[in-house]
Amino acid sequence: MLQSRPLAIGIHDLVVGFGRQIVLDHLSLDVYEGEIIGLVGASGGGKSVLLRTIVGLIAKRSGRIIVLNIDADASADVETSAIGRRWGVLFQQGALFSSLTALQNVQFPMREHLAISRELMDEIALTKLEMVGISRADADKFPSELSGGMTKRVALARALALDPEIVFLDEPTSGLDPIAAGDFDSLIKTLQRTLGLTVFMVTHDLDSLYTVCDRIAALANGKIVASGSMTEILASPHPWVQAYFRGARALTRGQPPAERR
Amino acid sequence: MSTPLLTQTTGPEGLRLEARGAWTASHAQAADSLAEQGFAQTRGSTSIVVDLAALDRLDTYGAFLIGRLIRRFQEVGTRVSMTDGSARFKALLDATDEAATRGPAPARSGKPRFAALETIGRAVPQFGVDLMSFAEMLGALSAALIRSVAHPRRFRLTSVIHHLDRVGWQAMPIMLLISFLIGAIIAQQGIFHFRKFGADVYVVDLVAVLVLREIAVLLISIMSAGRSGSSYTAELGSMKMREEIDALRTMGLDPVEILLLPRVLAIVIAVPILTFFGSIAALYGGGLVSWLYGGMSPAVFVSRLQEAVSISSFKVGMIKAPFMALVIGVIACSEGLRVKGSAESLGQHTTSSVVKAIFLVIVLDGLFAVFFAAIGV
Repeated sequence: MLQSRPLAIGIHDLVVGFGRQIVLDHLSLDVYEGEIIGLVGASGGGKSVLLRTIVGLIAKRSGRIIVLNIDADASADVETSAIGRRWGVLFQQGALFSSLTALQNVQFPMREHLAISRELMDEIALTKLEMVGISRADADKFPSELSGGMTKRVALARALALDPEIVFLDEPTSGLDPIAAGDFDSLIKTLQRTLGLTVFMVTHDLDSLYTVCDRIAALANGKIVASGSMTEILASPHPWVQAYFRGARALTRGQPPAERR
Repeated sequence: MSTPLLTQTTGPEGLRLEARGAWTASHAQAADSLAEQGFAQTRGSTSIVVDLAALDRLDTYGAFLIGRLIRRFQEVGTRVSMTDGSARFKALLDATDEAATRGPAPARSGKPRFAALETIGRAVPQFGVDLMSFAEMLGALSAALIRSVAHPRRFRLTSVIHHLDRVGWQAMPIMLLISFLIGAIIAQQGIFHFRKFGADVYVVDLVAVLVLREIAVLLISIMSAGRSGSSYTAELGSMKMREEIDALRTMGLDPVEILLLPRVLAIVIAVPILTFFGSIAALYGGGLVSWLYGGMSPAVFVSRLQEAVSISSFKVGMIKAPFMALVIGVIACSEGLRVKGSAESLGQHTTSSVVKAIFLVIVLDGLFAVFFAAIGV
């Protein structure tokens, strides 16, 4: 039933490498509109490379990437740059502009892409910051004055500033305490439900995978070795997938709360 | 995409506001003025029905605007209800509503009226702070130097050599070239003007005294502040930004000993050497121009040179060099450590490192001039 939905991202036979090393080897992956897909893989296994290739930060060797029906290779430059306002990217370290306050960071894409008044921009940006849990008192702080968790939230608010159709999240919950990570997850879920967002999430957080992801894709040896719902993934015979989800750390999860606490 | 609309109708249940079209980010400004108008036109009524059933699309921008409209109605005492058709947007409306009403409205501070005066006011105590941090840095460096002398094994010779290579050896070509050119220019100007009085030969005195006493050391110091001092500040500043310096401290290591002392020592060694070679290059430039442009043979130039300058002129120039270098090094390091988290702050401190260093080098040169005049050298 998933297959009947329109594609948000289609990746076919993607090859990406640096020098002699091939990181992504004929990788194919489909992401459907309105779903939250979680990408898992070993550290250094190319998850972030895949994400950065999709958003055009890393050049691919071959293959095809179609995002929101636009193929960067076959489209005019105008179209490819216009796509920048239809997606939002949350980088692992936040990548906030260090010379702008939290509020100005969120307003930056609005200022560049939308013709709206200063007052409205202030109000909307503050609302967006509140939505991700940043109070007004913290809105005028500079990135160097924000904690790691707050930086992530501000970065998410900036990624969502233009109400994009797709958000790419690179390890959104890493470095957050479990409560904050849970809040972050439910925030993403709420936004996805209310806005009909497509979320492409690179994560190692098993809780996130269990609670928010509609579909999971496992990346190993440069290929997607398994994809589907959590049950389908758990049924996969691939040894790496088995080790990841059936390992010691994973086994303590997904059990009733009474046993866990 | 369709433009947003807000229509008023009077139905059986009273006044009805119906939103249509796309209330999204790209139409936010239009939707904003629609909401303002809608509110202004209907603010007198007692109850209002908001109907979102005919909306094409709604995102957080639209949801915020509709939420704000509803809140305004409620503030003036109008009862607001939603039609059933609006239910599909309820989650989004609730989410933005909750966020928008969580804190007090932002208070935007206006521009201070006497901003320029305020800047000057703040700069005055800042001068004292600068002086203190200079003294602190000098003290920390001296303490580190004494510790290194006491425990020679802790002294980072490799690091000193590395920095000496960067600020001394690698700086040599450009320093020599500039000194050579300045020497040549002074000689040319001297010949041009002295010729009117038939005093061509005194151009040697001009070049030799000026270059050896003042020009070479000033030129090299200013160039070093711009070339090496700025790179010290930028390096230390970015280490500070990335918490590398904090990491050193937590390992029980002293950043002053590991990072600052080798840099400052390297520049203190490099500047006198550069000054010496710079002086020679400037004299060579002066001599070459005197020969080619002034028609003074090298033999005459050299014999005149021996008469014109005493060893004390040379010493006056050279004695200043290490002090200039120390000022440059200390300023560069203390500015580097004062960098805060942002890229902008890094730029600011690098600029102020160079500006302060050049300023202090010239002030110091003036003080030396007064001192040497007083002792009659």
